[in-house]
Formats: sequence, C-alpha cells, structure tokens
Amino acid sequence: MSELTLFLIRMAFLAILWIFVLSAISVIRSDMFGARVPETARGGAPAPAGRKASGKPRKPRRGAPTHLLVVEGAEAGARAELADAPLLIGRGSDAAIKLDDDYVSTRHARVAASGDEWFVEDLGSTNGTYVGPVRITQPTTIGLGVQVRVGKTILELRK
Amino acid sequence: MSQNGTLMGFVHRRRRGAELFLLVLALAVGIGAYAAVGLGVEGSVPADLVAYGGWLTALIVASHVTVRLVAPYADPVLLPLVAALNGLGLAVLHRLDLTYEAIGNDQHTFARQQLIWMTLGVVLFVATMFLLRDHRSLQRLTYTSGLAGIVLLVLPFLPVIGSAKNGAKIWIYIAGFSFQPGEVAKVLLVIAFSGYLVLHRDALALAGRRVVFVDLPRGRDLGPILAMFGISMMILVLQNDLGSSLLFFGLFLVMLYVATERPGWLVVGGLLFAAGALAAYTFVGNVQNRFNFWLHPLDYYDQTPGSGQLVEAMFGMGWGGLIGRGLGNGFPERVPFAYSDFILSTIGEELGLTAVMAIVLCYGLIVERALRIALISRDGFGKLMAVGLAAIFALQVFVVIGGVTGLIPLTGLTTPFLSYGGSSLVANWVVIALLLRISDQARRPAPRLDPVDDGAADSEHTQVVKLR
Repeated sequence: MSELTLFLIRMAFLAILWIFVLSAISVIRSDMFGARVPETARGGAPAPAGRKASGKPRKPRRGAPTHLLVVEGAEAGARAELADAPLLIGRGSDAAIKLDDDYVSTRHARVAASGDEWFVEDLGSTNGTYVGPVRITQPTTIGLGVQVRVGKTILELRK
Repeated sequence: MSQNGTLMGFVHRRRRGAELFLLVLALAVGIGAYAAVGLGVEGSVPADLVAYGGWLTALIVASHVTVRLVAPYADPVLLPLVAALNGLGLAVLHRLDLTYEAIGNDQHTFARQQLIWMTLGVVLFVATMFLLRDHRSLQRLTYTSGLAGIVLLVLPFLPVIGSAKNGAKIWIYIAGFSFQPGEVAKVLLVIAFSGYLVLHRDALALAGRRVVFVDLPRGRDLGPILAMFGISMMILVLQNDLGSSLLFFGLFLVMLYVATERPGWLVVGGLLFAAGALAAYTFVGNVQNRFNFWLHPLDYYDQTPGSGQLVEAMFGMGWGGLIGRGLGNGFPERVPFAYSDFILSTIGEELGLTAVMAIVLCYGLIVERALRIALISRDGFGKLMAVGLAAIFALQVFVVIGGVTGLIPLTGLTTPFLSYGGSSLVANWVVIALLLRISDQARRPAPRLDPVDDGAADSEHTQVVKLR
C-alpha cells in the first residue's frame, strides 16, 4: 500500500468525520430556526372552530369517563357531565361545578379533553390543584378514579 | 416552568428522518474507521468488515427503531453523536488490539469485548426506553436511588468483592466479572439530587443572609452539601480516586447552583473544594505526585511512579500534528493504558488535531443538547435531571481530556463511549436513554386545551385563559 493511498484514506476519513459533525450542527440549526409555527401563534381562529365542529358529536367510548363527581367536601355528590367540557371548577358563578369551599379560588381549575385523554389544569389558584399528592404546575392527565383535590374538595372522573 | 416551546413561537417537529440521516453518517464514521484501520495496519480491508459492519448497523437500527416507537419527539442529534463516538472508539480499540497482538501482549481482544459491552448497552437503552415511559416516575425513587448510589460507592471497600486496580479502589469482582459501581452510582445520584433539590430548592434558595456581596446560605441548609462533600472526600482518601471525587462533588455543586440560582453555593462549594484539594495535596502522596507530574512532566519521565505515560502521550500527539500519522502508522503501544484513559492520545497521534477537535466538538454537542433539553423541559425534575446528566458528561470529558493533554493534573476517568470499559459504556447508554426520554416529554407539543370561553354573552367578566 503506497504512501499516497494511505494519505488519501486518512484524508477521506477525516472528511467523513467532519461531514458528520457539520451535518449534526446543521440539524441542530434547522431544529432551532426551521421549526413549524403552531396555528395559535399565527392567530389561528379557524382551527378551534374546526375542532369544535368535528369534536362535538363525539360519542364516548366504552370505558371512557362520562362525568366529574365531587367525592369529598361540602358539595359531595355534585356532578358535571364531561360532554360539556371544558369544565370550570371554582367558587365563581360561571363554574360548571360551583363549590362552596373557602379554600377554592373563584376560577380554580379546569378539566378539558385532548384527544382521548382528560387533563386538569390549574388556573393560577391561590391554594393550588393537586393530583394525588402532587401539586400540578402544568396540564396533567387524569384517568378514571384519580383524585383531584381543590381546596378541601376532592373530585374524580367517573364512568 | 412555562411551556417554553410555545412561548418561543414554535412547536418541535419529530425529526426522525434527520436522525436516520445522521445515523447513516455516524455508521459511515464507525465502519469507515474500521476499514481504515485494516488498510493502515494490515494493508487490506478487514475480512470481517461485513460481519462487523452488519452487527454495528443492527445495533444502531435497533436503537433508532426504539426511539421511533416510544419516543417519537426525542432529540434527533444525541443518538447519532453517541453512535459515531462509540463506532470510532471500537475502531481505535481494534487498531490497538492488532498492535498488542503483534508485540505479544496478553490482552488483545479489547474491541471484541467492547462490542459485547456495546450490545449490552444498547439492550439496556432499549429496555430503559420501553420500560420508563415518563421520567417523572423516577422522582418517586429519590431516596431509594440516593441510598443505592451511596451503597454502590461503598461496595469496593468490602473485603471479598472489592478490589484495587492500578492504585484506585473502585472495582468489585463478582463471579468472575469485574465492575465499576461508581459509573452506575453517578446516574443514581443525579436522580437523587434532582428529586431532593426540586422539593427543597425554595428553602435552599430563599433563606440566608447577605455578607458583603454574596448571599450565604443558612447554616442548617449546609447539611446536604457537607454530606456530599464528606462522601467526595471519602472517595478521594479511601479509594484514592481523584477523578471520581471531583466528578461527584462538581456534579452536586452544579445541580445545587442550577436549582437555587444562587452563586453563594458556588462560593461555599468552591472554598470547600479548595480546602479539600489542599488537604489532599498535603496528606495524600498520590495527589502530590499527580501535581508534580503535571507541572514538571519531563523531570519524572523515567521514574516509577513517574510521568512516562503522560509524556509519551504528549510526544504521540505532538508527532501526530494537525492531520496525524494515519491509522496504523503511529506507536500508541508506547503509552500505557492507551485503550482506556489515554485513548485520546492514540487518536491524536494517528488522526491528528483535526479528529481530536471533531471529538471534542461531539462531546460539546452532547452537552449542548442535554442543556437544551433542560431549558425546554416543562417540569422541574426533568430540568434538573437533564442538567445533572449534562454536567456528568461535561465534567468527565473535561477532566479526562484536560488530564491527557496536560491542561490539568491527570486523574483517572474514562472517556465516555470511546474508552474501553464495560461499566462506563453501559451506564452512558442508559444516560442517553434518560436524556432522550426527558427530551421526548419536553418536545412533545403541549396538550391542546380549548381556551375557557363561555361565549360572547358574558365576555365582560370571562377572560380567555391562556395556557401558562
């Protein structure tokens, strides 16, 4: 094997190595600047309208939760149908489940669907919303029977 | 902890195609290096190139398919970077094996063993991706993993299974297998620190008093930092392992600083570390030697213990120059442990500064991706964990490359993914799996919840609530 061939092999390998590194950097670059802008950020009024139209006659699947039930607290037994989602929980008059609980904020939390999953989201309440023992900081999935605590009240999704 | 992705005005795409493209290039690096080794050392393309390349490709395809299946939104660059480094490391180990075989060294199957370890690493990577669907479930294991980490660190002291190798007491032997528990412990400790700090960061961040310009933490909050300092010092003094001690304490300090945003912790930690380093320098002979070898390498060239290894590595890298001597045309066998701690000197000698820069850049990109994952992650635990894993990589690479090139005193740590070493390779593959899991959660578009809007009728007191 001649000296020249070995030199060319070495240069070819170094070239491949650097092509790899530079491609990785260019992927990172396109990841930063070439990303898709979501419809909401573009001022997408049509998107929610379209979703609402298609989402309204949705039939609950078997085994899917149908209502939200207050299982503990002053209003125990109160319920709201999930068909009316998104549901607002709080002391305010516009809440789907109106709670008479001093530790609940006027607009405390809300329950909404995304696809087949149900989410609970805290709306900046004073005392926070808890899923199990954890205070939530972002929309959190809840399944059937997961206890959501707002103030002194505990809510659950039920079939 | 807001949804930064949407705040910055875009949602992340899946980018699995880009990942596949980069993986093909990474395979070209790994298999190309293997072919170049054969051509350079033996003068012909290795006979088992197809089998070797096929095996490597199968491993990479398996990991890529796993990511496609269970983490479709994960970061597209991490896996290719790791695949390229691992492939290059295997090829360089193969090159060393050929020379060790030629000069009659007993150990000349490093590449084969490393390939087996890589297979195990990929299997664990796939298992982690499939079993751990949400990294937040690790938060439950905060104290368990902390305890497990400390137990693993103590294992090498136990009389039967613990063992010293090359002066450092960091190995255990069970049923014929040797294992470095510290490599697993560092991952467990990152989980433990993240879980602990995400709960206690308010107390650590807000309480305290201001002295001159520095916010000093409260005395009672010093408990964990002192405990961690004690553990690091224990590793240093009892295990004689400067590198790991630096790694663990540095890791804790970085995470503490990131969690609390208080430079006061860095001051306290820095002072503690300086005091510890001074004490180690004064009382531990090994550390003193390391410093002398670093400052005056040529004075101790032919002594034992001496700086022969470091000096030979420097000679090698100097001879390699900008583009290296070519694979097979150097003398890496002159450097003891060229297959583990000093693998970078082999690369520097045979592929030159050009390749070393590319490798350092690859590590830089891994750390950058990990920190980016921390930035866009939506939960505090994930943020801290990504920062901790990034800090492990950054510290480890800095300590080992700095040591080999003579920037800082030499301490024994493995070069992630390049060096021969099963425990390190397997642990690092799991680290990458954890990072990909966090990034999948972070880059996944936020659930679309319809804004609260009860119609235009009572819009006066009904504000549209935006996702925050």
